[in-house]
Amino acid sequence: MELTNRTIKELQKEDKAEVLSACLNRIREVEPKLHAFVTHAPLQSAGQAHDKNPNTQYAIHNTAKGQSPLAGIPVGIKDVICTRNMRTTASAKMLDSFIPPYDATVVKKLKEAGAIVVGKNNCDAWAHGSSTENSDYGVTPNPWDLARVSGGSSGGSAAAVAAGEIPYSIGTDTGGSIRQPAAFCGVVGLKPTYGRVSRYGLIAMGSSLDCPGPITKTVEDAVMVMNVIAGPDERDATTLKNLYVSHTPGEKIPPHLESEEMKRINFEFTKDLNKDIKGLKIGVPKEYFGLGLFDEVGEVFKQSLLTFEKMGAEVIEISLPHTEYALAAYYVIMTAETSSNLGRYDGVKYGFSAKDSKDLIDSYFKTRDEGFGDEAKRRIMLGTYVLSSGYYDAYYLKAAKVRRLVYEDFLKAYEKVDVILTPTAPTPAFKIGEKADPVSMYLADVFTVPVSLAGLPAISIPAGFSPDKLPIGVQIIGPHFEEAKILNVAHKFEKETAGEEWRKFKPVI
Amino acid sequence: MQKKISKEEVEYLAKLARVGLTEDEIGKYQKDLADILGYVEKLNEVDTDNVEPMAAGIEKRNEMREDKIEKIEGTPAELISEAPKHEDGFIKVKSIFD
Repeated sequence: MELTNRTIKELQKEDKAEVLSACLNRIREVEPKLHAFVTHAPLQSAGQAHDKNPNTQYAIHNTAKGQSPLAGIPVGIKDVICTRNMRTTASAKMLDSFIPPYDATVVKKLKEAGAIVVGKNNCDAWAHGSSTENSDYGVTPNPWDLARVSGGSSGGSAAAVAAGEIPYSIGTDTGGSIRQPAAFCGVVGLKPTYGRVSRYGLIAMGSSLDCPGPITKTVEDAVMVMNVIAGPDERDATTLKNLYVSHTPGEKIPPHLESEEMKRINFEFTKDLNKDIKGLKIGVPKEYFGLGLFDEVGEVFKQSLLTFEKMGAEVIEISLPHTEYALAAYYVIMTAETSSNLGRYDGVKYGFSAKDSKDLIDSYFKTRDEGFGDEAKRRIMLGTYVLSSGYYDAYYLKAAKVRRLVYEDFLKAYEKVDVILTPTAPTPAFKIGEKADPVSMYLADVFTVPVSLAGLPAISIPAGFSPDKLPIGVQIIGPHFEEAKILNVAHKFEKETAGEEWRKFKPVI
Repeated sequence: MQKKISKEEVEYLAKLARVGLTEDEIGKYQKDLADILGYVEKLNEVDTDNVEPMAAGIEKRNEMREDKIEKIEGTPAELISEAPKHEDGFIKVKSIFD
């Protein structure tokens, strides 16, 4: 088997210089068709990247930092995550020339573990979108069918992993942006609990929703990445403190951290991986079957339920009554936060600045008119509307209240079940250009958005294919902080189905 | 439910958000905002009396760190050099007053 088809686990015993060179060759080979990167190492060495210090001589760690399984393994980083001395555009023209002077915490942790950052994955501009069609640098098509989208917004990440350009990528998920492209491209995507992985160094979209996480070939690989990137960070006040590591035994835990919730935080993702799931209670929300679900997706979902039952799990119908309102609440909250976060792009401190403006205020208007694309402007306008005086209570406050009801639906469900299983997206990958109006594009996230509002961890794993050979994913949703549980359930499913015919399918590109 | 957004409303929002828009764009956002807000109206079907708003999916206090100076990887010169216009270590902006 070629090096580029292997998992992080399988690459452990290989020569890391050969692994890197295989990846770079694969990038050169497929990028003209796939366009999953905005910036990558072969471009840099050809002098075509806008980098200050093109670092084409990678330090390869075969043994020196051999403690981490990520040492010497190449990785792609979604282009909304800052990388020191490597151009970071958010796939937006506004940041075409931006070279961050620092690494995001996730990137810093990966580099400290010896990971090799080979490039920046394409995405929808500012992570605004569900198809990667909204990138200012062109669409990333789906490796399984180049006429279709890779999903979004982390479409470049998912497509690059599926096509064997990189063994894994770091994406970000605000309303489904890791899980939906992972499902469309037939790979694994984990959105951690909000606050589990630091947001420091992310180009922010919705700050109460954004979560960085891994996109990998297997569940075990996702665990290896989480073991490196998760954990508290002084530079992100919303990260969750690891009581079991940062406090020595016997040390007094500050009273405000001694809640039941905080005690449940567990930073060990590997320990339950192989646990038997006999007797596991899987909840299936009945509301998810009205929301434009395609038959071929429903079919694969039913098959996955049968597999879980065969493994001894119990499938229980549950109700999440506010599901149909989650997407509306999300579009109010997310656009409000987006309009605020995009306020910083003023053409003064970094990025694009319009020419020929007569004074400072004129320069703001021109910079933001020329620098922002259509979807960013739409979200800024909508967010400004819902936050503006006179509409704040009717829209933003109302949505924040509905958010609590969505969250409480999940908490009630977890009194009866251990995990919740749903399709990841209502359809397989759709055709490029198919979704022309904004609301129909927003509906692609209908199954992933409620989870984001509630801050829960969820993983999308491949579960089968449509009759025309498009990958279909299912989403396993866990209670807060219970990544170990959903990783266990996902891993057992992966092992159980390892011999099935569809597992042998590979994208041809 | 169809909502109407006037041209003046779009212009007012664009002014608040400091985004210049062309006439075509104004027309387009009138329609797009009306469509999306029309969809969002369905929130009014939900009874939210006595429901506290929720700001994030995890309700916990922020973890504060000690307020001390720490070094980052980048240098001040690197930071300044990212500004579109800069001179002698200062960021240049257009005039604020006439």
